[in-house]
Amino acid sequence: MSQSLEHVGVNEPNGGSTKTPLILKVVRFREFAILFALIVVFVATSLKNTSFASTASVQGLLAGPAVIILIAIGETLVIITRNVDLTVGSVLGLSAYLVGDLYVHYPHTPVIIALLFGVVVGSACGVVTGAIVAYARVPSLAVTLGLLYMIRGIDAVIVNAVQINSNNLPGGFINVGANNFLGIPILMWIAIVVVAVVGYFMRNFRAAREMYAIGSNPEAALLAGIPIQRRIFSAFVVSGALAGLAGALWLAEFATVGSTAGTGYELDAVAAAVVGGVAIFGGSGTVLGAALGALFLNTINQALVAAGVSSFWDLAVAGLLLVLAIAFDRYLIVRSERVLRVEGRQRGRH
Amino acid sequence: MNDKSQNHLTGDAVSEEDGERMADASQSTSSLKPLIVLEHATKVFGAVRALNDVTIELFQGEAHALLGENGAGKSTLVKILAGVYQPDGGSIYLDGTRVHLSSPAAARDAGISVIYQEPTLFPDLTVAENIFMGRQILKSGRRVNRSEMVKRADEVFEQLGVNIEASRVARGLSVADQQIVEIAKSISFNAKVIVMDEPTAALTEVEVERLFAVVKTLKSQGAAILYVSHRLHEVFEICQRVTILRDGAFVKTSAIEDTDIDDVIRSMVGRDVVAMTSAGNDTSGENVLEVERLTREGVFTDISFNVKAGEIVALAGLVGAGRTEVARGIFGIDRVDAGSVKVNGKILKNASPVAAMNAGVGFVPEDRRQQGLVMEMAIDRNVALASLRSLSRFGFIRKASERKMAYDWSTRLSLKYGRLSNTAMTLSGGNQQKVVLAKWLSRRPQLLIIDEPTRGIDIGTKSEVHRLLVELVNQGVAVLMISSELPEVLQISDRVLVLCEGRLIDEFSRADANETAIMRAATGFSRQKQS
Repeated sequence: MSQSLEHVGVNEPNGGSTKTPLILKVVRFREFAILFALIVVFVATSLKNTSFASTASVQGLLAGPAVIILIAIGETLVIITRNVDLTVGSVLGLSAYLVGDLYVHYPHTPVIIALLFGVVVGSACGVVTGAIVAYARVPSLAVTLGLLYMIRGIDAVIVNAVQINSNNLPGGFINVGANNFLGIPILMWIAIVVVAVVGYFMRNFRAAREMYAIGSNPEAALLAGIPIQRRIFSAFVVSGALAGLAGALWLAEFATVGSTAGTGYELDAVAAAVVGGVAIFGGSGTVLGAALGALFLNTINQALVAAGVSSFWDLAVAGLLLVLAIAFDRYLIVRSERVLRVEGRQRGRH
Repeated sequence: MNDKSQNHLTGDAVSEEDGERMADASQSTSSLKPLIVLEHATKVFGAVRALNDVTIELFQGEAHALLGENGAGKSTLVKILAGVYQPDGGSIYLDGTRVHLSSPAAARDAGISVIYQEPTLFPDLTVAENIFMGRQILKSGRRVNRSEMVKRADEVFEQLGVNIEASRVARGLSVADQQIVEIAKSISFNAKVIVMDEPTAALTEVEVERLFAVVKTLKSQGAAILYVSHRLHEVFEICQRVTILRDGAFVKTSAIEDTDIDDVIRSMVGRDVVAMTSAGNDTSGENVLEVERLTREGVFTDISFNVKAGEIVALAGLVGAGRTEVARGIFGIDRVDAGSVKVNGKILKNASPVAAMNAGVGFVPEDRRQQGLVMEMAIDRNVALASLRSLSRFGFIRKASERKMAYDWSTRLSLKYGRLSNTAMTLSGGNQQKVVLAKWLSRRPQLLIIDEPTRGIDIGTKSEVHRLLVELVNQGVAVLMISSELPEVLQISDRVLVLCEGRLIDEFSRADANETAIMRAATGFSRQKQS
């Protein structure tokens, strides 16, 4: 009797320990899960509505989320340090308007200078936010919520109901938002380059690994001698800079800007990051995941339209995905913890 | 305590060790210059002098014990060496030159490594990254060199003789393995001074032996070790000198040969402590707890035993043997797959903590910070937490009865507190444990399950807790105690059950129990055959 129990209790798990458990693979390659979901949604919608897979439609699917991808990348850095940046939507709006204003006053500004100007505006906002969060140690949720309204207010005062439209903008600038290169929208190329650069940085550089450490265990980060304040500050500056760049590109894409540009984008950015597997309490996640998250949410949105579903369902579906993503991540952590514990014990025995 | 309890190794090992100890002692006295000196250190928090004019010297190749009750200033001293606190007075000399340890990074760069009681790892990062965090190995372009870090981590683990995968994430590592990772951290940067704050609190005896082997290696390589522990027999096993603090002040430093356990305890407490021993309780009572063939797949298998009214039964075994899990199964926190639990002859159906509590079972968990107390809540509210129903009328809690109950129990357990309305956080570890005990005792349980009753508690409070448990069983309560400290198990329990890898491998009566026999059983060598 106890003989048979022994077989069940001891021998079986040992026999299966040579292969990496599936659950650990899923955790390690969380981005593949979202990519897979993205492909499923795309294929399913295309079967129902063949025009969904047309070149023009796909280019639209890629151009649309480029701006969100950029702010989601910055947001990811901030979330990884166990903070949140709710200013990105307002910063995007302010940057979009100020870049437009630059063209009103200096119509011959080169495109690259206009984009850099957007980055500078965004960085300045990031410096303010980062300084208050990192050095004055005010919780980021409160600080960035306040600054969300303040920056939006400043934006409204500056705009003062004066719209900027395509007449004020040079053709070369608008082309950045409208043209393709090798069949892919230039906006998406920019997003891809930023994902690649920031993604490489987050994987391979000390400052980035320390951001992960801070989010994973702030107390241990302090004891490990990590310059916590400097790292959190940098995360906010990068987030601001990317929101500024996104603002300039937003202007190029829509060629018109008022005082409400980018309203609510901060929540889209957080949603993209979380759906893409960035842990909301910090410490894990990648910018690639966040970018795929943004792409996924946008594709779902468009798929619902293409499938003829009322656009009222759009937000509800996005919300559902968010809750599912968080629940799924929680489940992964609990399950993988159990598997890792068993694995460690088995290794320890021999 | 006698010599036997200090050294539970075989005769050969003891003599070898004595030889080494003498060699080390002569070495440390012959090299006249201390490696690190903390001189006249003072640290003030508000009105409290946490550390008052304390001087301590560490020599190369010595393990130096730092002893004192909770609140004596040990942690403050450790944090000054770690660069976390800046002393308000006094200075630190490293190799004869004065240094300012202005931050944890500065302390690390000076060659000081601190291993904290609670391991401080990053659960989301790999073991290798954990070891090298803050000082990663770089390759061209200032990029982090992952493969080199994994290689170096593997080398350190090999040197330590442990098997931990360096490329796995730290999440899910056992406490013992986390401790090993912390030690690997100090080794990997060739720390000259290693401070260990209660390194063995969460380890079992076998793991402690492994740790001691590591400590000896580190000593022989010329490191100075400051060893903070409540477990005095460990101190006498591996340390050459001992410094004692009391109430933030320096009491004395002496060579280990010139002192003994009683002397050390007297210096720590400032009075004599009478070790409490249950004088053989009356074990002829009725069965309060009967556990039959309890099984939780993959965790524990086929566990059967009983606990009678008026006896203390200890559940011994290594960490990970399933002791806590069995207790959680009995109390209904985790579901079980097979078997039954009877309390006072009645089967606990629909196992849940509420059912167990209604049947008269109390459960004092291992981790009082996380599971036993609501740290931000007032002391009296914590005490009342498990008896809210009896304290409330029409669903509203009567504050006066809550306070009265809390006051009664605080007095009976001689709790040291400021005001009952202060948060539990303000209490020392030992007093927090008393609050948890009060919480359960106020329900007048017939069976008390208590997990690691004295972990991290100073000696004075420890013997009070022991006395309390003995008093309880004398009143007819049945106690099931889980403990990793064998002296404690031997001191107060009437029977000892030993678990090994989820199985009840052996049982000892008070007369048969001794450290060697229990350790043999816990490591899988049973005296009797389990059929």
